[in-house]
Amino acid sequence: MPTVSMTVNGKSVSAEVEPRTLLVQYLREHLGLTGTHVGCDTSQCGACVVHVDGESAKSCTMLAMQAEGSDVSTIEGLADGDTLHPMQEAFRENHGLQCGFCTPGMVMSAVDLVRTNADPSEQEVREWLEGNLCRCTGYHNIVKSILAGAKAMQG
Amino acid sequence: MYNFNYKKASSRDDAVAAQSSADDGSYLAGGMTLIPTLKQRLAQPSDLIDLADVGDLAGISDDGGAITIGAMTTHATVAESEVVTSKIPALAALAGHIGDPQVRNRGTIGGSIANNDPAADYPAGCVGLNATIITNKRELPAEDFFTDLFETALEEGELVTAVSFPIPDKAAYAKFPNPASRYAIVGVMVAQTGGETRAAVTGASQSGVFRAADIEAALGSGLDAAAAKEVKVSADNLNADIHASAEYRAHLISIMASRAAAAAG
Repeated sequence: MPTVSMTVNGKSVSAEVEPRTLLVQYLREHLGLTGTHVGCDTSQCGACVVHVDGESAKSCTMLAMQAEGSDVSTIEGLADGDTLHPMQEAFRENHGLQCGFCTPGMVMSAVDLVRTNADPSEQEVREWLEGNLCRCTGYHNIVKSILAGAKAMQG
Repeated sequence: MYNFNYKKASSRDDAVAAQSSADDGSYLAGGMTLIPTLKQRLAQPSDLIDLADVGDLAGISDDGGAITIGAMTTHATVAESEVVTSKIPALAALAGHIGDPQVRNRGTIGGSIANNDPAADYPAGCVGLNATIITNKRELPAEDFFTDLFETALEEGELVTAVSFPIPDKAAYAKFPNPASRYAIVGVMVAQTGGETRAAVTGASQSGVFRAADIEAALGSGLDAAAAKEVKVSADNLNADIHASAEYRAHLISIMASRAAAAAG
């Protein structure tokens, strides 16, 4: 089996994997990073969104081998010790989750939005969430959280 | 997913050599269609040849009269490109509305056109803007490249390397997206380039992208949006599925063409 190596949340990791191993399988099953969720497994729902070299990607639609040499961040890598990332804190403050299953993907997607658009409008947030589904349909507070998180990230 | 051998190609030659030596090798671009296809076991290539590290396949250049986009350039890069947004804003807008942000971060123009999904946006963009598809072997007009549903003129092992778009005088793309997938139920690229008017339609036909001759005639040299709206398009050979009937798609072709023409103004 080929060996795949990458950096995950700042730590170098390496493992032998079958080429067909998905990035999300590698993160969850090999590294035990189960914060990244598998919702639909068909690239629709966005529960599996992580950052690959700083850009959001659906880890259920990417092979682990494709991330060879990349810098991957997951929801586990966002907080600074006990201090939540401003976007995580905004989700907590604004009740941006109900069952919480979609939340890791929502937060990772939101952080990528702020990377490309530091001060998004409500409409831009809603358009950006095209690839993230919340089956509790709690979008109102998710959008509110992201707007607050974006402001907090500007300090 | 069935298992396969995986190789990251280091150059175009390396990729082509790896493909030709494999039993049934498949190029991997962004993987936004190929990986879901593999997951559903709808394809079983012996080898995947990843093009991500072939550096000279990505990038956008302004050649004066045309913009050339490397095959591995992502939709997000095209949508945000200063060159594309200033010279062919219709193309940047098209790229910026494909799928969702995560698909746009990884999906590529070369992968999209090589797949020729009948509901993809780029085929309409390429045909409407009279693009030239450049491969490792030849250059051919977009109209000759897209041959049928999921079929292109690409030969076994032939690699799309870039797409060159002549800068139009006026152009706009209008699509009626499926609300869930954002694939086009109907999308129309209307463009006027060097005195020629084109209206290329995606999403509608059972044979993939096509030029709507009656719409082009109605648009004329002035891109007459009102005239395009009045064209009664035949529903023969149009797709019918749970999302829209053939008659509805026929109706949408006139409406989308008219909206695109008004936007191109």
